[in-house]
Amino acid sequence: MIFEFFPPALILLVAALLAVIARPNARTVILLLAPLLTLWAIWSLPDGVVLSTRFLGYPIEPIEVSPVRRMFATVFTIMAFAGMLFSFRTAKTAELGAAMAYAAGAVGVSFAGDLITLFIWWEMMAIFSTIVVWCGGTEASRRAGIRYAMMHILSGVLLKIGIEGVYIHTGSLEIQAMLATDLDRWLILAGILINAAAPPFSSWLPDAYPEASPTGSVFLSAFTTKTAVLALILLFPGEKVLIWVGLYMVFYGIIYALLENDARRILAYSIINQVGFMVTAVGIGSQLALNGAALHAFAHIIYKALLLMSAGVVLHRTGLRKCTDLGGLFRTMPITCICGIIGALAISSFPLTSGYTTKTMISVAAEQEHLVFVWYMLAAASAGVFLHAGIKFPWFVFFQKDSGLRPADAPWNMAAAMIFFAFLCVALGVYPQPLYAMLPTADIVPVYKPEKVLFYLQLLLFSGLAFFLLLNYMKRTLTITLDLDWIWRVAIFKAGNAVFDLCTAVRTSMEKSVLSVLRRGQEGLDELSDREGLILRATSATGLGALYVMVLLTLYIFVYYLD
Amino acid sequence: MARKPKQTTPEAQDHWLVRPETIRKIWIGSIIALAVTVALELFTGTAGHFHGLDELFAFPAIFGFLSCVAMVFGAKFLGFILKRKDDYYDL
Repeated sequence: MIFEFFPPALILLVAALLAVIARPNARTVILLLAPLLTLWAIWSLPDGVVLSTRFLGYPIEPIEVSPVRRMFATVFTIMAFAGMLFSFRTAKTAELGAAMAYAAGAVGVSFAGDLITLFIWWEMMAIFSTIVVWCGGTEASRRAGIRYAMMHILSGVLLKIGIEGVYIHTGSLEIQAMLATDLDRWLILAGILINAAAPPFSSWLPDAYPEASPTGSVFLSAFTTKTAVLALILLFPGEKVLIWVGLYMVFYGIIYALLENDARRILAYSIINQVGFMVTAVGIGSQLALNGAALHAFAHIIYKALLLMSAGVVLHRTGLRKCTDLGGLFRTMPITCICGIIGALAISSFPLTSGYTTKTMISVAAEQEHLVFVWYMLAAASAGVFLHAGIKFPWFVFFQKDSGLRPADAPWNMAAAMIFFAFLCVALGVYPQPLYAMLPTADIVPVYKPEKVLFYLQLLLFSGLAFFLLLNYMKRTLTITLDLDWIWRVAIFKAGNAVFDLCTAVRTSMEKSVLSVLRRGQEGLDELSDREGLILRATSATGLGALYVMVLLTLYIFVYYLD
Repeated sequence: MARKPKQTTPEAQDHWLVRPETIRKIWIGSIIALAVTVALELFTGTAGHFHGLDELFAFPAIFGFLSCVAMVFGAKFLGFILKRKDDYYDL
């Protein structure tokens, strides 16, 4: 086996290791150069299975390349670069190293040609993303990290059982399109969907991501859910159940974000909303829909990271993240504000932003497949995105009211990372051709038709009108909204406690009754062995001995005849 | 960033963007923009595809507005049931 290329994921993994042990200046160089080197490695790989070998006796294909895989690996690596630029001056070394290894996991999954390789990188991501959550450094992030890890361990276990089942029943570990037709494949699908933050396990995402550091949540937003989307594209294209799962996620994200007060949790809910669009597209399953899902993932990673960078700078500068505490920051944070607004316009798929040139593809795919209901739901959801993220986030953080806060704008490296991503959001909106060129072009539709542009302008601007007319109904309160995780965080916990209390009570009462029986017996014996007692009126020592002999002999005779 | 105030009334001392007269201008500008996007549909024609509601004039405007109203009140209703103080899980 001769290496004619560098395995891209390994470059990032080695860089992660070196970054942790290097001196500060060398670390910066490693952190910023490794993603660029990886990008070069990704684009020097030819299509097809590039590397195959055996692992524990199983044939595996650690690197398989296709346009869609290359596309995901590319955006993961660009994300790693911008994320490192954003965080290298403020984040802990452990966080930077873990984030780099986490990115390596995402790139590894992108090129995994078989299910074993996929599983290994999948678990790597779970481990290192948990460390990134823990690097938030607070008690809340410690607890959230444990809940996060449990969820991803569950995902890994389901995936593993499913993979083993598929191997036993088909003898193949290839990553190929399948449908959820039997238990094995259902388990694989469930494992992937947990990582996509699909119901009923959506809550791990808004629970954990906002507890990470201002820099950590930028990395977290990019990798886990989008590798899940890639896995769905590769394994379950056209699996119809995904349409409904996706639509649920789309509206779940909107409704919960509308009720939320924490700016970073609003953005976390909107990740689920956006991933919902992609999951729906995979469910639609036509080539155009799959291209739409992949393109949208590419654009999404960039504008979502941009939004979290913007929220991260605010948190970094003010220590605050609740809408009720923030407001009016546009005065002193123009760069952060403008970059945040560009990200918000892109997520709302405003014409001339990357969201428009990618998400429209999904809607057109629904149209072409004559999925009328799905199309209406996607249109309503597009309006909702503008409502919950497009306006709500910038409005409550940067405008709304004058909170009296006058924080400084972003440090230079954070500003540079934001401007880079804001540039990409606009550039890919104005000139999406390089993005389209990464995928088979036969199934890309032109999106800049006048009536289409006008459709989205009307849809979005009138959503904006609704926002400002209904502003009184959206006053932020110091509340959270219960989610299905209430079942295991409160209901099961309380039920467990109740069972425990019941057992304790039963044990205590049993102890009491047994003790009282014993006490009564002892009192009886005491009475009998009294000087005045029935049996032992004689001197106690001899009398007691006689009693024991008598009892033993009785027992002996009893046992003898029992035979 | 903040421009120097020309007058000394309290509202005028605030950032120009949040002064009442600016906000009034923004509202007027926005309403004109809304009207223009609807009016332009006369020239481009509808983007509708399914020969249903989606081909009505100004469908996206009406549909966008109404879905947002529905989502805001839907969320409000769910909020009555599901909202808790934000230290709910900390106790």
